[in-house]
Amino acid sequence: MRTRFAAPVRALAMLCLSVVGIGVAVLVVASAALMLVGVGRYVFPSAVSLLRRVTDAARWLAGRVGVEIERPYGPETGAVALLKARTTWRDVLWAVLEPIIGTWAAALALGMPLYGVYGVAVQPFVWQANARAGGANAYGVIHVTSTATALAAIPVGLALIALGLYIGPKLLRLRARWTGALLGPSRTTALEHRVETLVETRSDSVDAQAAELRRIERDLHDGAQARLVAVGMGLGNAERLFDEDPAAARELLAVAREASAKALDELRDLVRGVHPPVLADRGLADAIRALALDSLLDVDVSAELPGRPTPPVESAVYFAVNELLANTSKHAGAVAVRVALDYRNGVLTCDVVDDGGGGADPARGTGLRGIHSRLAVFDGTIAIHSPLGGPTRIRLEVPCAIRSA
Amino acid sequence: MRDQVRVVVAEDLFLIRDGLVRMLTEHGFTVVAAVDNGPALRRALAEDRPDVAVVDVRLPPTFTDEGLQAAIHARRQRPGFPVLVLSQYVEQLYARELLADGAGAVGYLLKDRVSNTGQFIDAVESVAGGGIAMDPQVVAKLLTRGDARGRTAELSPREREVLSLIAAGRSNAAIAHQLTISASAVTKHIAGIFGKLHLPESEDDNRRVLAVLAYLHR
Repeated sequence: MRTRFAAPVRALAMLCLSVVGIGVAVLVVASAALMLVGVGRYVFPSAVSLLRRVTDAARWLAGRVGVEIERPYGPETGAVALLKARTTWRDVLWAVLEPIIGTWAAALALGMPLYGVYGVAVQPFVWQANARAGGANAYGVIHVTSTATALAAIPVGLALIALGLYIGPKLLRLRARWTGALLGPSRTTALEHRVETLVETRSDSVDAQAAELRRIERDLHDGAQARLVAVGMGLGNAERLFDEDPAAARELLAVAREASAKALDELRDLVRGVHPPVLADRGLADAIRALALDSLLDVDVSAELPGRPTPPVESAVYFAVNELLANTSKHAGAVAVRVALDYRNGVLTCDVVDDGGGGADPARGTGLRGIHSRLAVFDGTIAIHSPLGGPTRIRLEVPCAIRSA
Repeated sequence: MRDQVRVVVAEDLFLIRDGLVRMLTEHGFTVVAAVDNGPALRRALAEDRPDVAVVDVRLPPTFTDEGLQAAIHARRQRPGFPVLVLSQYVEQLYARELLADGAGAVGYLLKDRVSNTGQFIDAVESVAGGGIAMDPQVVAKLLTRGDARGRTAELSPREREVLSLIAAGRSNAAIAHQLTISASAVTKHIAGIFGKLHLPESEDDNRRVLAVLAYLHR
């Protein structure tokens, strides 16, 4: 209901904006021309940034009626770069075409309710004065010449208000969509952005994998491998001492057995860090339940998955949740945590909500950044809502396919 | 007496399977089948009707938790059928699933524990007799969890030791020997544990352990 009554106001805002827009667009074009004589170099960037403020407002308005438009701008700030940027000229094009193509929608959304109000609340009081002044008294097709015709105009006015309010939001959405066609990223810009993201996440993921392999190599080298060497040496010495000093040999064997147990412990920890057994055995939901049982917090896990995501996605989400639970028990001062897994419309979501003190800052600590880059490989995201005083709500989203079980 | 205990062994690595069979036979058990994959294990459990099964969690063909699933399935068919599960890892989740039916006669040990022959054979015997043999790692984690929830904070260090040893499948006599205390002192400690955790008393040792484990798992 609110959107219906807000529609005429928004329509008015859009109309004002397009008037401002055309003025600023003229300014941009003029200062671009001034580039030829040099002065433009200093004026042009400000003119473009002014235009961008206008288009930002248009995007915001479009967002209010339900059409989200992404900002397509790149990092360019210099006059020449801005002059070459396609987005600059698409903005100008929008500002010029907007009044021509877009205005009727806003005008209808605003005009119909206004005209309706005129017919219902104003006309009955002013038609006589109007008639005396010699003005033409018509309300739509009704020629108002008497109280009866003035009253007859009232239902027509009411119908116009209702119709205007009813189609207003639809008209504005239609208009916003065409705004989006010019002010949103074009196919080329969208692809450019995509390539940038891919290059970035690819190099992040390669770096992370290389670091992981180095860590595994180091752990094996300093841990299990060294211990197995010690076991071998101990066994060799025991073999040598077997006949002459059985007691010493037995002691060496006991030490060797202990070292082999330690080596196994270390290998176990290592494997758990690479690919946890429950995740391999049962998949994400049970693996997170296993995490919950290992955690010292009270973790409640609910999962509604129709099957299993691909192993890399499972692994990324698992380690993300692992990290989040570790963070929670370290920093949040929380007692209970809820973890909810869900899969809808091709997106795997995982909500982690605690009852702690909040104030989690993604800029601090490498953990949250690590999760971000882990998920980014799959175009996944992490959203953190953690006001001071808590609670902290974290949502992971990963678009993925699920093999049904 | 042990030669009347018929054992099925399921383990996919030949070296370990062979070692297990040797060890069990040497200690007087009768190994009726030694298999290396899940379907063969299910067949052996159904056809040979053993008294106890020693099962590796991860088995071919899926190399997931095939062995565990077969064990749980067998216990559903024959409630209280003794199963000793071995694994390279102990998972609280799997321990909970094995204990869930409350029927006892369950063991869950790290494979490394096999290297201590005496304790391993004790564990098989205890499980075959309807007892419990939980890996010290499982119990240690349960106790830390209990501590974090303020449930086990009141237990004295001695009571913790006793609890861990019972859960690991030691008899009262073995515990008394290991801790060099008297058997009556062990009984007293057990009563103490139950009092502090507000659990109902019971005469049956096995029931008592299950009650404690279930309580800590909650």
